[in-house]
Amino acid sequence: MSSQRETPFVTDDSQVQTDTRDARMTGGGADNRFNSKLRQAFGSSPFILTKFDQFMNWVRGSSMFMLQFGIACCSIEMMHTYSVKHDLDRFAAGVPRASPRQADVIIVPGTIVSKFAPRMKRVYDQMPEPKFVVGMGSCTISGGPFQEGYNVIKGAEEVIPVDIHVPGCPPRPEALIYGVAKLQQRIAEGESSPVTVKPYELQQFDDLEQDEIVEQLAEEINEEDLVMRYNWADSP
Amino acid sequence: MSLEEPTPDDGVVEALPTGGDEIADLLGDLVVGREEHMNAPGFVIRPDDVQETLRRLRDEAGFDHLSCVTAEEREDRYESIYHLTSFDDRQREASVVVPTPKDDPASQTAEPVFRTADWHEREAYDLIGIDYEGHPDLRRILLPDTWQGHPLSQNYDKDRPQIVTLKEWENPLADDHREEEGDTMYVNIGPHHPATHGVLHVKTVLDGEQVVDVDPDIGYLHRCEEQMCQSKTYRHQIMPYPDRWDYASSGLLNEWAYARAAEDLNDIDVPEYAQVIRTLGAELCRIASHMLAVGTFALDVYGDFTAIFMYAMRDREKVQNVLEELTGQRMMFNYFRLGGVVWDLPEPREDFFEMIRDFLDDLPEALEEYHDLITSNEILQSRTIDTGVLPPEVAKSYGATGPVARGSGIDYDLRRDDPYGYYDELEWDVVTEDGCDNFSRLLVRLREVEESAKIIEQCVDLLEDWPEDERTIQSNVPRTLRPDDDTEIYRGVEAAKGELGIYIRADGTEKPGRFKIRSPCFSNLQTLPEMSNGEYIPDMVASLGSLDIVLGEVDR
Ligand code: SF4
Repeated sequence: MSSQRETPFVTDDSQVQTDTRDARMTGGGADNRFNSKLRQAFGSSPFILTKFDQFMNWVRGSSMFMLQFGIACCSIEMMHTYSVKHDLDRFAAGVPRASPRQADVIIVPGTIVSKFAPRMKRVYDQMPEPKFVVGMGSCTISGGPFQEGYNVIKGAEEVIPVDIHVPGCPPRPEALIYGVAKLQQRIAEGESSPVTVKPYELQQFDDLEQDEIVEQLAEEINEEDLVMRYNWADSP
Repeated sequence: MSLEEPTPDDGVVEALPTGGDEIADLLGDLVVGREEHMNAPGFVIRPDDVQETLRRLRDEAGFDHLSCVTAEEREDRYESIYHLTSFDDRQREASVVVPTPKDDPASQTAEPVFRTADWHEREAYDLIGIDYEGHPDLRRILLPDTWQGHPLSQNYDKDRPQIVTLKEWENPLADDHREEEGDTMYVNIGPHHPATHGVLHVKTVLDGEQVVDVDPDIGYLHRCEEQMCQSKTYRHQIMPYPDRWDYASSGLLNEWAYARAAEDLNDIDVPEYAQVIRTLGAELCRIASHMLAVGTFALDVYGDFTAIFMYAMRDREKVQNVLEELTGQRMMFNYFRLGGVVWDLPEPREDFFEMIRDFLDDLPEALEEYHDLITSNEILQSRTIDTGVLPPEVAKSYGATGPVARGSGIDYDLRRDDPYGYYDELEWDVVTEDGCDNFSRLLVRLREVEESAKIIEQCVDLLEDWPEDERTIQSNVPRTLRPDDDTEIYRGVEAAKGELGIYIRADGTEKPGRFKIRSPCFSNLQTLPEMSNGEYIPDMVASLGSLDIVLGEVDR
């Protein structure tokens, strides 16, 4: 080809057109392998220009690994959301992972009680950043029907920050899908997790403020044991 | 292969004391007082005679089933009630009442006589604060070890702060040298683990691949159900809660347990038409519940998320659609009312019946598919046959009921043995299997689905022809119910997992004085160490799956 060229290469567009480029620009011709749907969507430019973080947000929202995490009644509806008919996988969020280390999203499906809250917090802590939380059901909002229970935490937000609340008792699978889709939208738009005040941190026992109950339990609990303290009188 | 109703030769039956006086004669000096419960005669005994009394009742009067232990604190005393009945004849019942003084609530343990008393007494200790002397392992069961106070006792301060530890996490894989020589390892399974069906924590000690010791640690879903029911009124407020005990779509079965106890307590009749609808709904729930059990069992044994589990879910969806048509909700039905059901079948009725019939028509084929995929599969057979063996004697001693008991050849089903609803008018069989292993329990569930389908079909036939002017869905029930002070009742129904019993003591107000739930899963789960110790760890997981526990019901 170069032998036929008399002028330097890039000065004149018309001189460097090839069949392939023809095909790409016009959408026909001998070689139409560039005319994918994606190409049509992006126009003729072979490059997509975006900010890297926007790209990452899009990626995160479009491929979410859920933590396989069942607590109470809501988890039955969550299972239905994952399986036939509702099939959460259609929305790029249907791969339940059994290990928190591999998950981006934790759906909290049920009532949280005092014995379970520290464990749930630990599971949440084990998930890699960035991580998102969907609270499923009234129980994760306020304790739901069991709000007056002596042993029931008044909502998941007392333990971990929640991005999306899906109300219902239990929410229908459709509602959960809507919640997940909303979460995806928020992530894709770059809205990050809310920061909440977390009154129940896991602390070491000897870091607790000394008061009556701590003194009482001093015999039983080791100083370095991680503990969670519940101030029932202050909870809503 | 279902067994006919057992016909023990008449001589034996007649020799067993049934009436209150006869039993009192048998117990002689042990009885220091008598009470009348609505379901059974009550015998008051001294706190240190518990074992003697229960042993005599078990060996000489045939009361071989300790269904439940209720503990409560009264104004002037603590009280433990042992609800006894018999696997051969559920309608023979007796209550043994053990009062203990307020300042020293100690009574003898029943654990050497009935193994099931182990957990029941631990629960009573945990929630009420009664001390059981001689109990092998009296520690908290539902609440964390470091909890202060006993929440269902009278002077419990709800507002006091509590501290809960996270000890178990520190070293999940620790060396554990139980014996001098042995080289065992301690493993935590759960509370967040796919194989535990919810938030169960199994403390396991392994020797290589073999299980030396398992200790199910429960209470991660203790939602204070008994407290909730005690603070609500009989008429409307309690009914939504039973849906949430066994939440694997068994809502109507659970509601029936409450409805039955409360209706008997308040002397309410249920119109026949409503009974048929109840029966129909309950059996649909049983199918949905067994489907989940089968699907998750396959998930446990094969790790198969894509075929069997999805098939089971597909069939559950169908049942849930029918139930949604009937009740308006997919899971938390709140459909029963004391004295009937809340509304009639959906209009147009023909479409509703058509929908059920469609489902029933597809069911045989679906079941065949399950049998192809599961029970006739060699891998599953080698994993489940002769693993997790639970001999009938052991099962009885642990108070196992439902498919777990029937898989061990115990012919016990409250629908037939203590009839309620419309069951005794219909044609169906109690399914039993003699294998005593994981496979039998699975098979019982699959075959019970067939029986349930039979029942549903007959109900649909009945409802179709029901004359229009006799469709009474509720009897007249007063707006507020105030059963007489100090009436006590214990009633059970056959829920999906076994005998679900409710004990209510009325205190003259519109709320129960004591509301106790006898959960079948609680007793069934107790058999896990019996089935698993000495077996391989995958078999332990299969056994756990075959018990089909729902933690909401275990912990309540
Ligand atoms: S919100 Fe309702 S359905 Fe969900 S866990 Fe709580 S009680 Fe159960």
